[in-house]
Parts: sequence; structure tokens; C-alpha cells
Amino acid sequence: MEFLLALVTTGDALLHSTLVAAAPLLLAALGETLVQRAGIINIGLEGILLVGAFAGMTTCYATGSPVLGVCAGALSGLLLALLFAAVTVQLSADQIVVGVSLNLLALGLTGVLYRGIFGITGQALQVTTFSPVSIPFLSQIPVLGPSLFQHTVLVYLAVVLVPLFTFFLFHLRAGLQLQAVGEHPQAAETLGISVRKTRILALAVEGILGGIAGSYLSLAYSNTFIEGMSAGRGFIALAIVIFGRWTPTGVLWGALFFGAATALQFYLQALGSAIPYQFVLMLPYVLTLVALMLLRTRSSAPAALGEPYTRE
Amino acid sequence: MTSKMHIKATILSPLLALVSAALVIAVALSLAGISTADVFTTLWLGAAGDSYRLSETAVKASPLLFTGLAVMLALRAGLWNIGAEGQLLVGALAAAWLGRYTTALSVPLAIATVMTASVSAGLLWAGCAAYLQQKHNVNEVISTIMLNFVAVYFVSYGVHGPLMEAAGQYPQTDPLPPAATLPRLFPPSRFHLGVLLALVAAILVWFYLFRTKAGFRLRASGANPIAARFAGIAVEREITLAFLLSGALAGLAGGVEVSGVTQRVYEKFSPGYGYTAIAVALVGQRSPIGVVFAALFFGALDAGASAVQRTVGVSSALTSVIQAIVVLFLAAYSTDPAQRLLRMDLPRPEHSLNEVDRQAA
Repeated sequence: MEFLLALVTTGDALLHSTLVAAAPLLLAALGETLVQRAGIINIGLEGILLVGAFAGMTTCYATGSPVLGVCAGALSGLLLALLFAAVTVQLSADQIVVGVSLNLLALGLTGVLYRGIFGITGQALQVTTFSPVSIPFLSQIPVLGPSLFQHTVLVYLAVVLVPLFTFFLFHLRAGLQLQAVGEHPQAAETLGISVRKTRILALAVEGILGGIAGSYLSLAYSNTFIEGMSAGRGFIALAIVIFGRWTPTGVLWGALFFGAATALQFYLQALGSAIPYQFVLMLPYVLTLVALMLLRTRSSAPAALGEPYTRE
Repeated sequence: MTSKMHIKATILSPLLALVSAALVIAVALSLAGISTADVFTTLWLGAAGDSYRLSETAVKASPLLFTGLAVMLALRAGLWNIGAEGQLLVGALAAAWLGRYTTALSVPLAIATVMTASVSAGLLWAGCAAYLQQKHNVNEVISTIMLNFVAVYFVSYGVHGPLMEAAGQYPQTDPLPPAATLPRLFPPSRFHLGVLLALVAAILVWFYLFRTKAGFRLRASGANPIAARFAGIAVEREITLAFLLSGALAGLAGGVEVSGVTQRVYEKFSPGYGYTAIAVALVGQRSPIGVVFAALFFGALDAGASAVQRTVGVSSALTSVIQAIVVLFLAAYSTDPAQRLLRMDLPRPEHSLNEVDRQAA
């Protein structure tokens, strides 16, 4: 009985921390889904998260308002995404090259600015952060209630976006047009859809969501900024998009899966388990590779993914 | 005629990108109220001020040269090897692991053992991505990124677990035995034999690519796979081979770095050499000679930036900013509209008209 109780409590806490870890991944991956559906692959998502985390923390530190922090995070993500758009969409430069340099830029810029503004202090800066919001009634449900319905606003936002994105992509004219741009840009253009405009808009949305996801990291997840704190989450989001077969629902499952791996890792470390925690952390990446290997026949990647488009 | 213009463009584009990046940095620094002159002089002095600083530049350039060559070789076959970082890490770990057993060996044999270990590990790591690409049609950009993370955690497991130092205090491997250490050529500087090995590697890669039939097949497969296939080249085999060679070079970068500089492997062993390598390959315009210069440039930047951090107080993360802006400008300048604007790639219209006339006559 005691054991069962312990298991339930642990499972409960695990579920809670899974959602906490999954939310930024979900936000970023939803943005990347949109972008990839429009035929662009943006490796620079990692950099977008990082500037979002930095701008969010700095603004919150200066104003004391986490909401303003998130807005600044979104804005900084948007700016970086528009830079990507300017070079890849307007000039048709290589998306991989620009993505890689975006990550370098974000890493360098946040590092230089952080030390420039706050100096090199050993002590991490603490900022006011988002506090969890309990949803009335639902959070009262025994066992599952607190772990599912006591979260920060950003977690709810991420989850709510999933059905919205599904509806947009598969039921709205604009969403179908966006898919056409990713599948066959030439054909889309002849139908009067502007490939450039569509791709720039998709990137703008990704920038905003990625920036919010980044500010979540500094304002809801760790309450401070650490250089390079995005820690590969942007790349994980890329994996999640593929893992989720370019659909919002699939992306939700992917994010939960990667979130669970993160949460589990902490517990294994805390419990002193025989399984080295590094292998748990490794698992999602290995499984992504396996998934790519097995699912290749049902290829659902947008046909024109990664190819620059130039109007004749 | 066109080849001359091509040479002009390959040298001009990176130079133009460098100048543009310097301008952007200068403007940004002066907006922040920091003396641009101070930063640039310190950068220069930190990278080339005296013989010690010069040797530091060479030491920092060596892993960038190996990995830059790796990325460049793959690019020549039409492959994006984003995985040089992971290949370098497993190469380093393998070197540290096998290095433990070389205490009884002679110096050349011990070094050869360590290098073989790192080459094999890098080859194996790239081999995973190559296998997935060839047999299962998995995009190599994604697979190599994933494998980088697997490598990071694998190294973390290694240095916390079975390969942790005997003292058991820090998460790092024991130092390599002296026999497996690459000799330092000009002590007290850290200039080690591996720097020369990197240059030899560049010459070998150049010879392979441009002076052998195998190299021609590799380049043909990358430049135009369809035409290459018609010419009877087994394109898939060439691409796989390029991937493996690329992994071997990146793995060697790790082995040389352990054996020549750090002696140990620890979690933050690589400050992102494998990612900077992409910038090196691009700024080097995908040519071995270009990559040598690009690696030296980025090595100098690395060495100079630590001096800037010490004396001017601007974070050495400035290196990443400069790298990023150079590559961004280069990417922008390499596009068709920009090339047309710069008039670097256009055939002269009257010339081609004359030719048409001559043919008609």
C-alpha cells in the first residue's frame, strides 16, 4: 500500500514536471511546424529561444513585470526570425547556413550583452517569475488535478495552440495555402499565392512563439538567465516536428515524450538509479533517429522543404 | 575567362563579408560606448602580438582546420555534415580511453594508437548518419544534429562513469600517459605537432580532391549527381565515402586536441569547434587552401577574443558574434541577386554576342 501510494505521488509529480518541461518545446515546435509546412527549415530556432530567454529576463529584471518580459522575448524572437527571412526568403540564401549563423549570433550576442549589462558576477540574477494558475474545479480533481491544472499561463497557452494550429492548417483556406507553398511553390504561385509572403509570415509566427518559449525558460522554468541556457531545446523542437510527422497533434505527443524524458532524468538522478541519467537524456534523440528510420515510407515531409524558391 | 572571374569572386566574397562584419561590429561597439580601436587593436595583439600569441592562434586553429576540412569535404560531395561536433567528441573520448593502455608503448606507437582510436570513432559516428541516409533516406542534417546530442551525453556518461579519473574528484578522464602526448615543438608555447598534422591533412585533402580520380568522382557526385550517374559514377558510394572521410577527419580533430592540448576529456571539452567548422568551410569557399586561411582567421579571432575579454572587458562571446555576421554576409553575398549586383559573375554581353556572330559566320 505504501509503495502504491509512493508510486502514485511520484507519477503525479512526474506528470507535472513533464508538462513543465514540454511546454517550451511545444511552443517552439509548433512554430517550426508552420515554417516547415511552408517549405523552410529553420535550424536557427535554437538561437531564437536563446534571445527570447535573454530578452525576457532582462526586461523582467528592469521592469519587474514577467508579462512585459514575455512580450520582449516574443519581439526579440520575431526580429531574429525576420533576419532569417530577409536572407533566406528575400535573397534565397542557403537555409542551413543562415540557420547555423543565427545560432552563433544568438549565442554570442546574449553572451556579450549579458556580461556587458550585468558584469561577470558569480551570483545568478533572480527575477520575478510567473506563478502557477490553478484552474477552478479542474485542479480539485484528486490525483490528476494538481499535476494537469496547476501551471503557469504559458503551459496552457502551448496546449491551447495545438487544436488552433490543427484547425488552421487543415481546415482554413490560409492553412491549406501554406501547405501548398511547402509542397509545390511554383504551383502555389500560379494560383496567386505569394510564396514569399507566406513564408515570411510563417517565420514571423515562429519567431514570436520561439521567443515566448525562450522567455518561458528564464521566467517560468529557471527564474534566471544562464549563457547558452536554451541547451539544445531548439534542436529538440526540430526533432519533435519530424517525430510528430508535421502535424500539431503529433508535435504535442512528441513534446510530451521529450518532456517526460527530461523529467524522468531528474528523478533517476535524485533516486540514485542504476541507469545512468545520461542514457535517459540520450533516449529521445536515439528514438528520433529510429522513428525517422522506420517511418520513411510514409513520407509526410513537405516536398519543397529546404529548397530556396526564386521566382522566374 | 570565366575561371578567372570565378577566382575573383571566391576571394572577393569572403573579404567583402569580413569587411562588412568589421563595420557592423565597429558601429555596434561605438553605439555601446566602447572604443572600437581598443577592441580591434587588442584583438590583433592578442592574436599576433608576439611569438607566444601567434602560437596560441595556431593551436586554436588546429581543431578548426581538421573539422573545417571535414565539413568542406562533405560539402564537396553535396552533404551537410552538421555532426563534426559529435564526431570530434567521440573521437576525443576514444583517444582518452585507448590512451590509458599505451603506457608501455613507444612514443610513435602510442600516438598512432590514440590517433587511430579517434579516427575510428569519428568514422563510426559519421557512419551511423551515412547508413541512415543511404539505407533509410534519413536527412543527414537532422541525423547529424541528433547524433551530436547523443555524443554529448555519451561523453558526459564516460567522464562521470567508467572513464572518470582515478582520483574520482572531477568528472574528467585521467591525463594521457606521456608517451601518447603529442610533443610540443617550441616550449613554453603550446604549439604541438598536431598543428603541423592539420596542415598535412589539408595538403592531403587537396591532393585527394584535385589530383586523384577518386577525388574527381567525389566532386562530380556533389556538383551534379545526375550527370555523375550518367558518367558511370556510383554516386551513392562516393557520398558514403565522403561522409566516412569527413567523420574520420572530425574524429581526428578530437584525438589531436586531447593528445596535443588538454590531455584529458571533460564535459565542456569542445567549445563548439564542430559548429564553427561550418563557418570555416564556408568562409574558406569550400577549398582546402581557403579552409587553411579561414581556420587561421577564426583561430586568431579565438585567441584575440580572450585578450579582449581580459583587457577591454568585452566578453569573448564576441567571437561568435563576429563569426555569425561574417557567415551571414557571406551567405547573402553568395546569392544570385547579390552576385549580379556586385558584377562578379556576369559574362560580358558584347563578348558573347561576338561569339554568336563568329559562329554564325
